[in-house]
Amino acid sequence: MTPEIGHFALGLALALALIQSVLPIWGAARNDRLWMNSAQWSALGQVVFVGVAFAALMSAFIKSDFTVVNVVENSNSFKPMLFKVAATWGSHEGSLLLWVLILAIFGALVALLGNNIAPRTKARTLSVQAWISVGFLTFMLFTSNPFDRVFPPPLDGQDLNPLLQDVGLALHPPLLYLGYVGFSIVFSFAVAALIEGRVDAAWARWVRPWALAAWVFLTAGIALGSWWAYYELGWGGWWFWDPVENVSFMPWLMGTALLHSAIVTEKRGAFKSWTILLAILTFSLSLLGTFIVRSGLLTSVHAFAVDPQRGLYILGLLALSIGGSFALYAWRAPTMEGGGLFKPVSREGGLLVNNLILATATGTVLFGTLYPLFYEAITGGDKLSVGPPFFNASFIPIMLPLVFVMGLGPFLSWKRADLVASGQRLKYVAIVSIGATLVVWAMVRGGPVLGYLIILLAFWLFFSVLREWAMRIRLFEVSFSEAWRRARNLPRSAYGMTVAHAGLAVLIFGLVGSSVWKSEEILFVKSGDEISIAGFDVTFTGAEKVRGPNYIADQGTLEVYRDGTWLTTLKPERRFYPVAQSTTTESSIRSTMAGDLYASLSEPASEQAGAQGAWTLRILYEPLVIFIWIGSTLLVLGGVLSLTDRRLRVGAPRRRSVQGAQVPAE
Amino acid sequence: MSNLLRICLIAILLAGQAFAVEPDEILDDPVLEARARDISKQLRCVVCQNQDIDSSNAGVARDLRLLVRERLQEGDTDADVIEYVRARYGDYVLMSPPWKPATYVLWFAPFGFAGLSLIAFMVVFRRGRSKAEQGLSDVEEAEVEAITAAWRKGDTP
Amino acid sequence: MIRVFALAPLIIAVVVGGFFLWGLDPDRDPNALPSTLISQPAPEFSLDAVAGLETPGLARADLVQGQGPVVVNVFASWCVPCRAEHAVLTRLVEDENQTLYGINYKDKPEDATRWLAELGNPYARIGSDLSGRAGIEWGLAGVPETFIVGGDGTVLYRYVGPIVGEKAVGIFRDALEAARVWDKEQGQGS
Repeated sequence: MTPEIGHFALGLALALALIQSVLPIWGAARNDRLWMNSAQWSALGQVVFVGVAFAALMSAFIKSDFTVVNVVENSNSFKPMLFKVAATWGSHEGSLLLWVLILAIFGALVALLGNNIAPRTKARTLSVQAWISVGFLTFMLFTSNPFDRVFPPPLDGQDLNPLLQDVGLALHPPLLYLGYVGFSIVFSFAVAALIEGRVDAAWARWVRPWALAAWVFLTAGIALGSWWAYYELGWGGWWFWDPVENVSFMPWLMGTALLHSAIVTEKRGAFKSWTILLAILTFSLSLLGTFIVRSGLLTSVHAFAVDPQRGLYILGLLALSIGGSFALYAWRAPTMEGGGLFKPVSREGGLLVNNLILATATGTVLFGTLYPLFYEAITGGDKLSVGPPFFNASFIPIMLPLVFVMGLGPFLSWKRADLVASGQRLKYVAIVSIGATLVVWAMVRGGPVLGYLIILLAFWLFFSVLREWAMRIRLFEVSFSEAWRRARNLPRSAYGMTVAHAGLAVLIFGLVGSSVWKSEEILFVKSGDEISIAGFDVTFTGAEKVRGPNYIADQGTLEVYRDGTWLTTLKPERRFYPVAQSTTTESSIRSTMAGDLYASLSEPASEQAGAQGAWTLRILYEPLVIFIWIGSTLLVLGGVLSLTDRRLRVGAPRRRSVQGAQVPAE
Repeated sequence: MSNLLRICLIAILLAGQAFAVEPDEILDDPVLEARARDISKQLRCVVCQNQDIDSSNAGVARDLRLLVRERLQEGDTDADVIEYVRARYGDYVLMSPPWKPATYVLWFAPFGFAGLSLIAFMVVFRRGRSKAEQGLSDVEEAEVEAITAAWRKGDTP
Repeated sequence: MIRVFALAPLIIAVVVGGFFLWGLDPDRDPNALPSTLISQPAPEFSLDAVAGLETPGLARADLVQGQGPVVVNVFASWCVPCRAEHAVLTRLVEDENQTLYGINYKDKPEDATRWLAELGNPYARIGSDLSGRAGIEWGLAGVPETFIVGGDGTVLYRYVGPIVGEKAVGIFRDALEAARVWDKEQGQGS
């Protein structure tokens, strides 16, 4: 019965979405309060009904209801409960339901919290949001129904791919979708603004918190996915430039540009068409991601089942939403008034450079990802692939100047900056950065020049962030207690920037350290063998069988010493899942600030070694890799700090009677 | 599931799972081995989605790793080895697309985008500058007159 | 100027959308790899017979005998779809007198012999590729794959996957016919 309730609820949600698609926006055109306010109710109704549907699907998984096809295909009675719950969004149909749920949640949030948004803008925004919902709800109900039943029910389900049965991966889709779909509301705001024909600082102020929230979730989702790949896949890699990874990265790049562009629109009224375009682009890239993952267009580890029919439907959705919004943009953008003037060397100029570099990077990644398709179409069947060498060679050189500009930017004043004065302030930052890099070079010789260059830039960014904070609180210029008072009274969004930019520097250290200075040992080991790597002495003491809830594993034991002192025991496993008939590697990792010692075990491929009772052991040492996760956390933290800033709360600022209050540069 | 996918799945599962680079594949000569690892990272595993043969578990990947080492030991240059594999599997097996007329557009793309950015940057400032040089139009001039006159008279704007 | 920039996203989206539409063609298999061997001479290889089997081994020399198109099928006893394909290939040999050669890929000789004893042996020659090296020469990505080689040793066609089911058999038959016609035009006997 519950699946039917869920199915019916989806139908009700669709009905509400259809109403919300028409009434509010028509009401806005006619200035009819009643019709505009209907959006409140339909948005709340939608989230209730889609929530019911989602709960229905989840309860089917929890109960292991094998009359539901989706449960049969993705779950199994022996699966641990956490993964049964996570399987709700583990399939194409389930993840679509999650998509629609988050779409509805954001719509409802705007309905509930958007009391300071102009009613007509709000109504139009909610209508646009409803258009997207209609698209996805009809897609689900007509082609990808999660509530399809099967009779008679099989005795047990097929089990989810064991590779996906992991806590990190269970959380990865919800976080990613909160990010992707979170940008839908920014898209809706932008389209509403284009329809209205008006973009101003107030609009930018409304949009920023939503964009920030979506960006925070997307950052967390991507980082979680990378972290999962790092500890699960067995060879310590964390980014593969896989088409689906790229497709989650591009909205992040554009979302970052959007956040910064919106600041300029809010403070100076400039960059209006940029910000609108970025708002549309970010969500368009999210939609593109949805399309690529579900249509079977490109091959990828991540892709759901190949189905060109579904692909055509989504392509239609894309044509309407992306094509429509771009057409609207082409029509309206030229009529948007330009904002304040500014010189090339200024805060605006710096942020413009930021926008352009991020756009160049995104364009490059997009082109590289889609190129195999273009090539195949043009040559009529020849295939080639574009892999990490291309992306690394193009992406990194594009981003490096951005890191430099990030350090300089906050020191440039709005409208017209004094480059010499800013340079003076940064003199010591430059000197310290160079010094620090030389220290690193002295400690770890032998890396490529590019590695040291990137470290130099990361130091530059890190120290310039600190210098900026020191400048704001006038550290060393006023008394310590005065500086402390200033530090306590700095707005949260200032700390948000400080933490986030510093986080990026930390992240870059992690990226460089773990890739450039990585060391690796691969050998056959028998009980008692000793291995030396990166100053550690590791002894393999043998492997034994252990049982898990739905797997049997061979677990190896490694004792790690350094200079004779015992440090830790590593226990890598090789698991076999009988139902899914597949094996996975569970690596064992010892993490410290200095680096990760990472061990994976497997049966040897050669028969002789196997006969001798030997195992294949892979040990890696990745310096600083933990900084990647710390840096990502700092990015998220910075975003959250900014979000909690009182001044960024949704709504236009109240008109202050005293106009003289200084707004600190941000 | 496509046929090829089914085939490779069977090939992997039934042929026994190798584990990326195996110790018995490692050459004694560290220089050659380093070259082999480097080349392996440039070759795509044709049965697995988006992995190089260096890290792939597939049987074909292992065969190719052994082939790469064999050819290196026979004195081939890195380029020779890569060409050997490419001749049998096509351009797809290269992680980095080859440099040929059909792929010029790909390799020039980053520069193209950067160039567009530069143009955009200049356009923004030319537009801004010309606006500043224009000054107010006659209509705007008249508006300013009207507003200042009203202010002088004491009307609030 | 601004108009141009404003229209650009729309134009780009339309172009990319066109490529997507092309890419969604149901007949297109995104996983399929074109073979580099088509229209090229058959690769150099020489394989011994499967140990314990009377059927002689297979080498490149056998492919250039000039006796009309030859079907080279790569199979293994551990390959489940190969079982189903076996019947199709046997029919080809019996009904149309088609010459069928085989490459036994990474298969233990005992397993292969047992498999052929159970299902029948339609192969005129079978090469035993224990290491998989010959497979690399043929650009093999998995098993089964079937090639049509012309009388002069030119590789004319490759089919990836088991030739099972009406559609697959139809496609392969057409390819075989085309190969025969091409061969006749080349002046080889059939």
